Amino acid sequence: MNVHEFQAKSLFAQFGVPVPRGKEITSPEAATAWATELNTPVFVVKAQIHAGGRGKAGGVKITKDKAAVAGFAKELIGKTLVTHQTGPKGRQVHRLLMEEGANIAKELYLSILVDRETGWPTFIASTEGGMEIEEVAAKTPEKIIKEPIDPAVGFQGYNGRNIAFALGLQNIEPTAMNPFIKMLGNLYRLFMEKNCALVEINPLIITKEKTVVALDGKVSFDDNGLFKHEDVQKMRDLNEEEPLEIEATANNLNYVKLDGNIGCMVNGAGLAMATMDVIKLAGSEPANFLDVGGGATKETVAAGFRILLKDPNVKGIFINIFGGIVRCERIAHGVIEAAKEVKINVPLVVRLQGTNAEEGRKLLADSGLKLDVANDLWEAAQKIVKLTGKAA
Amino acid sequence: MSILVNKNTRVVVQGITGKEGSFHATQCKAYGTKVVAGVTPGKAGQEVEGIPVFNTVADAVKKTEADTSLIFVPPPFCADAILEAADAGIKLVICITEGIPVNDMVKVKRALRGRDVRLIGPNCPGVITVDEAKIGIMPGFIHKKGVVGVVSRSGTLTYEAVHQLSTLGLGETTCVGIGGDPVNGTGFVDVLPLFEKDPETQAIVMIGEIGGDAEEKAAEFVKKNVKKPVVSFIAGITAPPGRRMGHAGAIISGGKGTASEKMKTLEAAGVTVVKNPAEIGEAVKRALGR
Repeated sequence: MNVHEFQAKSLFAQFGVPVPRGKEITSPEAATAWATELNTPVFVVKAQIHAGGRGKAGGVKITKDKAAVAGFAKELIGKTLVTHQTGPKGRQVHRLLMEEGANIAKELYLSILVDRETGWPTFIASTEGGMEIEEVAAKTPEKIIKEPIDPAVGFQGYNGRNIAFALGLQNIEPTAMNPFIKMLGNLYRLFMEKNCALVEINPLIITKEKTVVALDGKVSFDDNGLFKHEDVQKMRDLNEEEPLEIEATANNLNYVKLDGNIGCMVNGAGLAMATMDVIKLAGSEPANFLDVGGGATKETVAAGFRILLKDPNVKGIFINIFGGIVRCERIAHGVIEAAKEVKINVPLVVRLQGTNAEEGRKLLADSGLKLDVANDLWEAAQKIVKLTGKAA
Repeated sequence: MSILVNKNTRVVVQGITGKEGSFHATQCKAYGTKVVAGVTPGKAGQEVEGIPVFNTVADAVKKTEADTSLIFVPPPFCADAILEAADAGIKLVICITEGIPVNDMVKVKRALRGRDVRLIGPNCPGVITVDEAKIGIMPGFIHKKGVVGVVSRSGTLTYEAVHQLSTLGLGETTCVGIGGDPVNGTGFVDVLPLFEKDPETQAIVMIGEIGGDAEEKAAEFVKKNVKKPVVSFIAGITAPPGRRMGHAGAIISGGKGTASEKMKTLEAAGVTVVKNPAEIGEAVKRALGR
């Protein structure tokens, strides 16, 4: 789960990571009121959407004029921002972060995530703050500093010194050394205690006043750890999520919307991905990833149908079930019952394999439903692609 | 021969009185697995289908000489359950549970380091040695005794591959599900040498997916150390970057972990990579010259 910058920064503040004074703003009036309270030489107004590249897309405004903030707020709230991360449709802005400006002396990059290779939380730092870190890693890998933290003992002073000296902080601003190391320890604590998947500060700045400040902030959380944190769950912003994905989650389904036109319903995540791949191999594109889980029932199949059919791009549906513990004839009953409840007006191909597959296929064939039954994965994929026509 | 588990493996099921635990413990036992004990704190003295239940893994090990644990405990209590098994002297811990917080696994993996215990999973279907021991949730009947070792990050996709191998008459030796989480106990590189050494295994099927670099590491290992034919399928060529595809570990991030990159690396290492998951079995058949 991702959160907004203003939420990330409120967590930073809570854990002792310095941030500019700022506040979430949802109206021009609130912007004016907060500007008066901030009473600072420079005001920064930042659109809050779950995507990077906001500055280039016109989502960040900087002004010395207190009277101008209301105008910026009016302009940005409701505006649709298109950045390299939003896709062509863009994302509508519903809220802003308004904060004091900073005197930047040096920009750095800092993040922490679990290195999958070692299984250890690892800091990544670079002197190339404000840049796309993937680009830095590709072009100048020597500028990427990695410091793994032993989870048995947690962050130690030497971890901090390793990072600080590798960044050359002693030359940039020696007085920032200790606050910087202290901040790293706090960031590690935030990462572990709140079950974060990623904490990224880009840029982390050294100010002309020689302080260390997180000028931007991105935090995403491990979905599996959310149950531990009610405060984090409350930060979820449904405006930032695909409505069909919200509905799927409510039905305990795992759904990711894609751009193709063949809807797929599959049991198991790996097989669901493989099914998408087979559709592409057969010459079309999948409309979605949908894992109905190991225990597919009439209810989950019906919910799956409803979600798939709400996507206007869906021109056909491919159900691929490998019956293991769940028997195929029960899945077949589920499909038949669900098809009675939900009107299916697109071609449907059902492929059943595994436990009692034959009984399942017979039930479907005798059901009177308009559908094609298959037992082989490749045969089924070719069938549905033929029925829906190849992708343009 | 086989790897990891066989007919002498003595299994304790943690979380045996739960819905999943009792169902699968019964299924494993029916397959012929020696399920000698179950554990649910506070339920000692009960039985599940004739399997005695104990309060702690330590008690179960003491009374039944269990050496392998199969875990169905819910995610919030799973780290605890894995560490309990390790402390009780269990040598092989197979964790089926899906949804364990990554940071819990970070701590567990660190705590198990250097100890004489192997963790398989979490978020995996388990391990089966055909006709000897089924320790997991896979449907036993699709497996046929044969010559192919299977190692996979996925569940139902593994069944798909196994079904093809069985239908073509090739059959399997042992199938190992290593799980779909970003931090897990056992990787491809831990299982591949076991298959390479196993005299019954003549070919290896490796099923990977997007995310991480486990397949790249495996490619490196195969190039240097594996003489037997390896056939691989990588799921997720159509997966968009930045989206988690069901499994917590199946995500392309920072441009890394794409299916095409993994396929390329594996091919360069001499692995036969199939693009169509329906052709895994046929590819193995060809590789074995049958």
